[in-house]
Amino acid sequence: MAEEKKLFKVKIDNISVEVEPGTTILNAARSIGGDVVPPAMCYYSKLQGSGGKCRTCLVKVTKGSEADPRPMPKLVASCRTTVMDGMEVANITSPEVQEARKGVVEFLLLNHPLDCPVCDQAGECDLQNLSYEHGAEATRYEFKRRTFDKIDIGDKIQLHMTRCILCYRCVFTADQLTEKREHGILGRGDASEISTYIHQSLDNNFIGNVIDVCPVGALTDKTFRFKNRVWFLKPVDAHRHCDDPKCCGKTVLWMRGDEVFRVTARKDKYGEVEDFICDTCRFDKKEKSDWIIEGPRKIDRHSVISQGHYVNTVKPKDPLVEVLDGRQPKLLFDIHSTSEVNRPEIDLSKIEGPAHSDDFNK
Amino acid sequence: MGRKLLLDKAHIEGIRYYDTYRANGGYAAAEKALKSMGPEAVVEEVKKSGLRGRGGAGFPTGLKWSFIAKPEGVPRYLVCNADESEPGTFKDRYLMEFIPHLLVEGLLISSFALGANSAYIYIRGEYAWIPDILEQAIAEAKNKGWLGKNILGTGYDLEIFVQRGAGAYICGEETALLESLEGKRGNPRIKPPFPAVKGLWGCPTVVNNVETIAAVVPIVNIGGDEYIKFGIGKSTGTKLISACGNINKPGVYEIEMNISVEEFIYSDEYCGGIKGGKRLKACIPGGSSVPVLPANLLLKTAKGETRMMTYESLNDGGFATGSMLGSGGFIVMDEDQCIVRNTLTFARFYHHESCGQCSPCREGTGWMKKVLHNIEYGKGKMSDIDLLWDIQRKIEGNTICPLGDAAAWPVAAAIRHFRDEFEWHVKHPDEALTRNFGLAHYADPLPAPAAAAV
Repeated sequence: MAEEKKLFKVKIDNISVEVEPGTTILNAARSIGGDVVPPAMCYYSKLQGSGGKCRTCLVKVTKGSEADPRPMPKLVASCRTTVMDGMEVANITSPEVQEARKGVVEFLLLNHPLDCPVCDQAGECDLQNLSYEHGAEATRYEFKRRTFDKIDIGDKIQLHMTRCILCYRCVFTADQLTEKREHGILGRGDASEISTYIHQSLDNNFIGNVIDVCPVGALTDKTFRFKNRVWFLKPVDAHRHCDDPKCCGKTVLWMRGDEVFRVTARKDKYGEVEDFICDTCRFDKKEKSDWIIEGPRKIDRHSVISQGHYVNTVKPKDPLVEVLDGRQPKLLFDIHSTSEVNRPEIDLSKIEGPAHSDDFNK
Repeated sequence: MGRKLLLDKAHIEGIRYYDTYRANGGYAAAEKALKSMGPEAVVEEVKKSGLRGRGGAGFPTGLKWSFIAKPEGVPRYLVCNADESEPGTFKDRYLMEFIPHLLVEGLLISSFALGANSAYIYIRGEYAWIPDILEQAIAEAKNKGWLGKNILGTGYDLEIFVQRGAGAYICGEETALLESLEGKRGNPRIKPPFPAVKGLWGCPTVVNNVETIAAVVPIVNIGGDEYIKFGIGKSTGTKLISACGNINKPGVYEIEMNISVEEFIYSDEYCGGIKGGKRLKACIPGGSSVPVLPANLLLKTAKGETRMMTYESLNDGGFATGSMLGSGGFIVMDEDQCIVRNTLTFARFYHHESCGQCSPCREGTGWMKKVLHNIEYGKGKMSDIDLLWDIQRKIEGNTICPLGDAAAWPVAAAIRHFRDEFEWHVKHPDEALTRNFGLAHYADPLPAPAAAAV
């Protein structure tokens, strides 16, 4: 008989859940789902060592554990803090967390160009969603935002550092998915930038995944740039037999009619890819005939992509039909012939001084 | 004259070299520790001494040593943090420059106590000439059998390596230091795991400040019970203070932690008073990142007690009316200094030194600098002061490493204690460009203790 694993009891926003030891608070919250899940901009479950940097997932630990019930003195990054048995966490129930998160969103947007109208990521941008849900309506920043020149890393990927929030996801991707490390951070502080050392091109069959992991529009697909808006396209699940043993071949095609505009990996509701795909599938297979189409992909995030697709919409009921009990509404009539109030025979120019209601009652 | 433990022999000519150091009682502690005490006894003695980390946080060293994990077959490391980059702090430099053998001896004893066979000195890149001094001392010690294999026939091996940093303040943070030592980008790690469990190359590691390691030598020499007789309460022993600013005698002083702040500033043994007979306006008692205090709160606590040069007394009143001993970078400002300008200088420093890993610090430090720049140069608004307060509040505590806090505290304290001066800068933009606010009421005796509470 297999020994039963001891599970840790955790309470997040007063909702209890049992998870395996070693689970992070963020993943425990994700197992509950819904509103208690903290947003995460830099954590990526598929990338080892990611997380802890953006600070949007900060939560308050109100009770450390059953053994040591003291609360933690500071807010902690839920993506990198593992749960303890009996831990109690406050996320949306803590005003302190909400306040801190609002501050972090403000910091993230401080130097962000907010060029969403011309950004290819718009509509599927984690930063857009985050600022919509947690940000303030206006910025208090009155200074020039920092800018960088656009860099082409390879012929298929463009890096626009100005939009970058330095989540390090692409650095981990390049580190862990590709053989040679050619991609990292240069400089420090708010002048640090993602770069290939001395503008080397990234030539590797898996480097295209950096586009998918980028939460903002800093890394974009050059084969798709300015071709279309994501919400005008129909996402379709598809697969093909890929020769690369590391590639799963399961993708999402973004189509309009029979035209395939771009190919991406399949992303779950937290914006993380289910499996990485190779660059051949991503960049070179842009014909419908290359793929076996499975069916429409449901985007169940609250993004504009799903909003354009009228999923679960209800036609509003016309209340007048019921109220009028089958009669036809008579909405337009000649107000002069019906109203007794306004008497056209009284000439206002002949009244001395301003007109009074008495003048009409004579 | 206050009693000294670290710099008592610093004046002897040639103490930098092995022969003179040995002739003046050097390596006696190492001999005692290795031959007659054993590792546990050394740790016990350090615990008994109440020695607290001299790098800034003041964490009890003995306790830190006892946290180190001891799994079988995994090497342990001792790392000496000589990346002394805090503005206003230059005590370790003095120690390493003049008595390098004290550090080597301290490293030998500490490594022996921890069971580490390799020790690293991570030294700040700007101290370009000091690695040579240290390496010479290490070579001398090795030559005389104090390092290498089978030291003093005890079977204990130790090698000390000197590693130069490349001039980043952030590498003074212990986990960033370890990353840098491993040859990576100096980004602080996310804790836990702490270095005591997973440090250098994933092995248990203790990171200690230069002065902390040097202080182990007198502790072993005189014993923890004797050491505890120096200082007051939990602030035991002596502390090196690097005094600078508008004083007559800037320099490194070893103080016994039982003198008052007033004595330290005005006595001829130490700072020798304010330069040019001016009046004291403010002081940052522990290096740039600790809160600045106005003269009245510096000399007396909010309760009206005399403020002493100890960890507890300087911290009396918390951050509302107190500060910290920090790393001992004692910066004195006279009546002609501008707090806004001083805060701007610090904000510029932290902005320049932020590693850029986590968003509040990366973006917030630059923002604070720009807002402060506007206020200092006559372009500020009243709302900017509240904005600054809000920014620092949103940085503090929300970052990966303490650099965010260190950037937030000076701004917070400056606004808390010197708000009048900020407002004056905003209201009189033209005048602020030509003259300073002056002393104002900052040295006036405080009202009754109850009213002083914030």
